[in-house]
Amino acid sequence: MAASADTLSAALKPRRAVAPGLSIGVSTLYLSLIVLLPLAALSWGAHGWDAVSTSQGVSALRLTLGLSLIVALVNAVAGTAIAWSLVRDRFVGQGLVNALVDLPFALPTIVAGLTLLALYGPKSPVGVNAAFTRWGLLLALLFVTLPFVVRTVQPVLFELDREMEDAAASLGAGRFTTFKRIVLPSILPAILSGVALAFARAIGEFGAVVLISGNLPFKTEVVSVYIFGRLESGDPGGAAAASAVILLISFGVLLAIGGLRRWVTKHDR
Amino acid sequence: MIGKHALRLFSLGYLAVLLVVPVGYVFWRTFEHGVGPAWDAITTPDALHALKVTLILTAIAVPANTIFGVLCALAIVRHRYPGAGIVNAVVDLPLALSPVVVGLALLLLYGRGGWLGGHGIVFALPGMVLATIFVSLPFVVREVVPVLREIGTEQEQAAATLGASALQTFLRVTWPAIRYATAYGVVLTTARALGEFGAVSVVSGRLAGETESLTLYVQDRYQSFDTTGAYAAAVVLALLAMATLLLMTRLKPKERTQ
Repeated sequence: MAASADTLSAALKPRRAVAPGLSIGVSTLYLSLIVLLPLAALSWGAHGWDAVSTSQGVSALRLTLGLSLIVALVNAVAGTAIAWSLVRDRFVGQGLVNALVDLPFALPTIVAGLTLLALYGPKSPVGVNAAFTRWGLLLALLFVTLPFVVRTVQPVLFELDREMEDAAASLGAGRFTTFKRIVLPSILPAILSGVALAFARAIGEFGAVVLISGNLPFKTEVVSVYIFGRLESGDPGGAAAASAVILLISFGVLLAIGGLRRWVTKHDR
Repeated sequence: MIGKHALRLFSLGYLAVLLVVPVGYVFWRTFEHGVGPAWDAITTPDALHALKVTLILTAIAVPANTIFGVLCALAIVRHRYPGAGIVNAVVDLPLALSPVVVGLALLLLYGRGGWLGGHGIVFALPGMVLATIFVSLPFVVREVVPVLREIGTEQEQAAATLGASALQTFLRVTWPAIRYATAYGVVLTTARALGEFGAVSVVSGRLAGETESLTLYVQDRYQSFDTTGAYAAAVVLALLAMATLLLMTRLKPKERTQ
C-alpha cells in the first residue's frame, strides 16, 4: 500500500521536463549552425546576377531543366514498370533485383559516373560512346534517380485491392483498360511524388555528371557544373547568384511534393 | 501472358543496361589482371590517406547526426512549440540542395572574407566535416519521425505515471521502439557520408595526401589518366556501398513488423 501511495504521489508531483528543453534547444541550435548560417551567408554573398543572365548561364539552366524533365518522364514509365514487376510478377532472383534498386542510393555518385563512363565512354567495349554528349548526361541522371519512383509506387501497388481489377476484367475490360481505369488512378499520386523527387535530384546532381559530361559550355554544361566553374574562375558572387536560382526551383519542387502528399492522404481516407 | 513477359523483360533490361552491367564491368576491369595490380593501386600512400580521410569524415558525421537526429525527431513529434513546423521543413533542406551549393555556402561563410572566415576551416578537414554533416543530416530524423508518430504517447505516459523519470522513460519505453528506425537511418547516413563528393569537393582544396577523400581521389586518378587507380578506389567505395545495402535489406523487414 505504502509503495503504491508513493508512486501515486510521485506521479502527481509536477515533474521537471528536462527532455523537451534539451531536444528543442539542441536541434534548433544544430540546425541553425550547420544549415541555416551557411545558407544565410550564401544569400548574402549572391551578387553579380549577370552570371545567371549570360548566354552560358542561361544555356546551362535551360539544359538542366530540359534534361530533368526528360529524366522525370522516363522515370515515371520505367519506375512504374519496375515496381509492377517487383510486386505483381514472380521470377527467380526477385529479392536480389529488389535490393539492387537501392544501389544508386548507396553508391557514391562519382562511382556511378565512373562506371557509366567505363561502359559507355571512349573505351567502350560495346561500341557506344556517350562521353561528352547529352546522352551521357541523361544516362548519369537516370542512374542516380532510378529508385525514387520505384520506391514510392511499390508500397501503394502492394496495398492495392486486386478485387477491383478482377471485377473490371470479369466485366470484359482488357488488361490495358483495367490498368488505365482502375490501377493508374490509385498509383498516380505516388508516381507524381516519386517523379518530383527525381526531378529535384536531377536539377542539382553533380558527382555523377562531372566526369561523363566533359563540361562543354553550351553543349553539356549543367547548372551545378556551371556554378562550380564560376567558383573556380574566382566569381563566388556569380556562383551564389546561380545557386539562388536553383535553390528557388528546388524549393518549388519541395513545396509541390508537400502539397501532393497532403492531397494523397486526403484522398486515401 | 506475352504482355507480362514483355514487361518483365523491359524492367530487367532497364536495370541491366543502366545499373548491373556498368557496375559489373568496372569490377571486371579492376580484377582483369588479378587481385595484385588492384591491391597495389589501392595501397599507395595517397590512396590509403584518402581512405583514412573518408573514414574520419564518416566517423564524425554519423554519430553527430545520429544524436541530433533522435533529439530532433523527439522535438518535432513530442513537443508542440512555436517553430516546430520550420524545424521540420529545414531538416529536409539538405535533400533538396545541390551538393555544390552546400559547398559554396560553407565556403562563403568560412572562406576568406566570410562572416566566420580565417580560421582554417575551408580547404582543410573541418570544412569537409561540416560539408559531410550537412548533406547527411536528414536521414535519421526522417526514419525516426514516422515511428515516433505511430507508437503514440500512451506507453510513455503510463511509464511517467508509474514514476519513471524522463530519462528512464526514454531508455525503457521510447528507445526500444525506435532503435531499428534509428539503425536504418544510421545506415543511410553512413552511405551518404562515405560517398559525398560535390560538397566536399568545393571546400576541400583537393591536396592529394592531405585533404582528399576517397571520392575525390577517384576523380583525381581518372583525370590523371590512371584508370587502374580510379577503378580500384571506385571498387572499394562500391564494396562499402554494397555492405550498407546488405544492412539496409536486413533492417527493413524488422522495422515493418514493429
